[in-house]
Amino acid sequence: MKIIVCIKQVPNTNEVKLDPKTGTLIREGVPSIINPDDKNALEAALAIKEQQGAEVIVLSMGPPQADYAIREALAMGADEGILLSDRAFAGADTWATSCALAAAIKKTGEFDLVFCGRQAIDGDTAQVGPEIAEILDLPQVTYVRKIASINKEKIVVERALEDGYEVIETEMPAVLTAVKELNQPRYPSASGIVNAFEKIIPVWGAADIGVSPDKVGLNGSPTQVKRTFTPPVKGAGRMLSGTLQEAVQTLVQELNAKHVI
Amino acid sequence: MAVVIDKEKCVGCRACLGSCPFDAIEMAGGAAYITDKCTGCGACVEACPVEAIYRTDEQKKEEVSLDAYKGVWVFAEQRDGKVMNIAFELLGEGKKLAQALGVELSAVLIGDKVEGGAKELFAYGADVVYLAEDPELKVYRTESYASVLSDLIKAYKPEVILIGATNIGRDLGPRVAARIKTGLTADCTELGIDTEQRLLLQTRPAFGGNIMATILCPNTRPQMATVRPGVMKKMAPAAGRSGKVIRVQYKSGMDKIRTIVKDVVREAGRLVNLEEAQIIVSGGRGVGGPEGFAVIEQVAKKLGGVVGASRGAVDAGWIANSHQVGQTGKTVHPKLYIACGISGAIQHVAGMQNSGLIVAINKNPAAPIFKIADYGIAGDLHQVLPLFLEALEEKDNGKQGLAV
Repeated sequence: MKIIVCIKQVPNTNEVKLDPKTGTLIREGVPSIINPDDKNALEAALAIKEQQGAEVIVLSMGPPQADYAIREALAMGADEGILLSDRAFAGADTWATSCALAAAIKKTGEFDLVFCGRQAIDGDTAQVGPEIAEILDLPQVTYVRKIASINKEKIVVERALEDGYEVIETEMPAVLTAVKELNQPRYPSASGIVNAFEKIIPVWGAADIGVSPDKVGLNGSPTQVKRTFTPPVKGAGRMLSGTLQEAVQTLVQELNAKHVI
Repeated sequence: MAVVIDKEKCVGCRACLGSCPFDAIEMAGGAAYITDKCTGCGACVEACPVEAIYRTDEQKKEEVSLDAYKGVWVFAEQRDGKVMNIAFELLGEGKKLAQALGVELSAVLIGDKVEGGAKELFAYGADVVYLAEDPELKVYRTESYASVLSDLIKAYKPEVILIGATNIGRDLGPRVAARIKTGLTADCTELGIDTEQRLLLQTRPAFGGNIMATILCPNTRPQMATVRPGVMKKMAPAAGRSGKVIRVQYKSGMDKIRTIVKDVVREAGRLVNLEEAQIIVSGGRGVGGPEGFAVIEQVAKKLGGVVGASRGAVDAGWIANSHQVGQTGKTVHPKLYIACGISGAIQHVAGMQNSGLIVAINKNPAAPIFKIADYGIAGDLHQVLPLFLEALEEKDNGKQGLAV
């Protein structure tokens, strides 16, 4: 079995730095991690590898430093890593990102499963998984919280709903997206870390995956950022002073006066 | 390049430079010129005071075909045959957009024996309901639903489609957008119309709510957006209001369906209705453990509210994740939000900052939550909340006393 895991390197901090001119995120200087949901996808792939044998290939699109996220995935146990990096990919929205990832997945040849995280913490769109599935014309199951069974022909999973879950069976190959309930991602092993830094990670550009530069990146994106702005800051509130008893009394009076209780 | 600058007309005022979201305009020889960073968005066209910037013919031709797209649609999600509240909320917002555009508001209802839902959709503002009924459409499946919705889009060409950002809507939306090859903006918190260009202005929080971004989808149609439950307001239903039902035949067996939904399990207690709650009492790491939530529950019960939680408390396993408020949890806007032992990480604040009144109770007087709170009490929640309960009791007793 061959499993492709798509991972995204995301900023690890809540501190946002933006280029004031372009409104795009400045990634330099911000500590980065593998997106949490993507780690659950990777862990699931590694578990399948341990149970029944599989080749796990990690694919990431990003700036050259995303190489580090791929090495972390290799240290956790992935077999190969591929970095999609090209200035032509810059500024991509979810559609242009999915086009590039789908083209790269095709280039890796036959595969059984594509596993993504549900969504990335810097964008929260949850769109790339389903868009890859559509472009590759594969069935999809999003919000996967449990894998019940898997073989070369079909997979049975639980898909989380707000008020429960569905049990879904789908043909392989398929595209799945993972939620955090799926598993607890492992830590890299010491030997894994050593191996990870010896590996050569190929870097593919737009030409390597056979897409024209106007189909990817900013130029290939149907959505465009018109403007970005900081949300208006709420006026400072009131700290209720005195003893806790007094503070609570004031609070009840205020809430009562405002008719919220 | 879709947008060009007429060098003869350009007076070198630099007004266009600041208007470009992509930093794609530079100055040379006293005139502006467009670099290859240009995406053809046209933001500079209106910024030019001397009309020196215009779109090329190629762009105009595209615009003509875009004009064929008319109307605002709402995907009316149903579960177990019941139309979900999010559909009515989207109709409320969709009505405003349709009025600004001077077009009809339609709902797309897909399921089996769901015709009764059409009445509700009319009552909440739909002018037209596209109804696709088939036993095979009873339960949501990506492939069958995406096929029905995409075929409808191709046939009837709406200019805007709103979809709820639920676990179903977020599965369907991107699948359909990719098939139609159009843009989709996730989790919009504000929608508007640029009436001149008939563009949907889609505003959404990015990077955990630290910044807001207004997104356009200028060159493809429909313009698709998802909205989380609880963000938009539904209108008061007008009972007896009616509209046109357009029935759609489902081409059973025509589509490649590779997935089977073997079971749908509803988990009692999993559904916590935070989105519609008027009062939420939330606990964070400061609660200290699962047993600490007892006092939070007491206060919530006393106020007729529901219990929320921060990601920290959920990740610690103290409370089920259905209670989680925040960026990766639910977006809420009650009239009263009481944050207890919650520090106020961006991830949490993003989900509750639009609450009417925010009360924060935290041991640490420097906790960031106090910056967004209307009222703050610096103290241990395990001391403050029992006092608060007492004070609420007293207030109620006082009222009764007055009534007598």
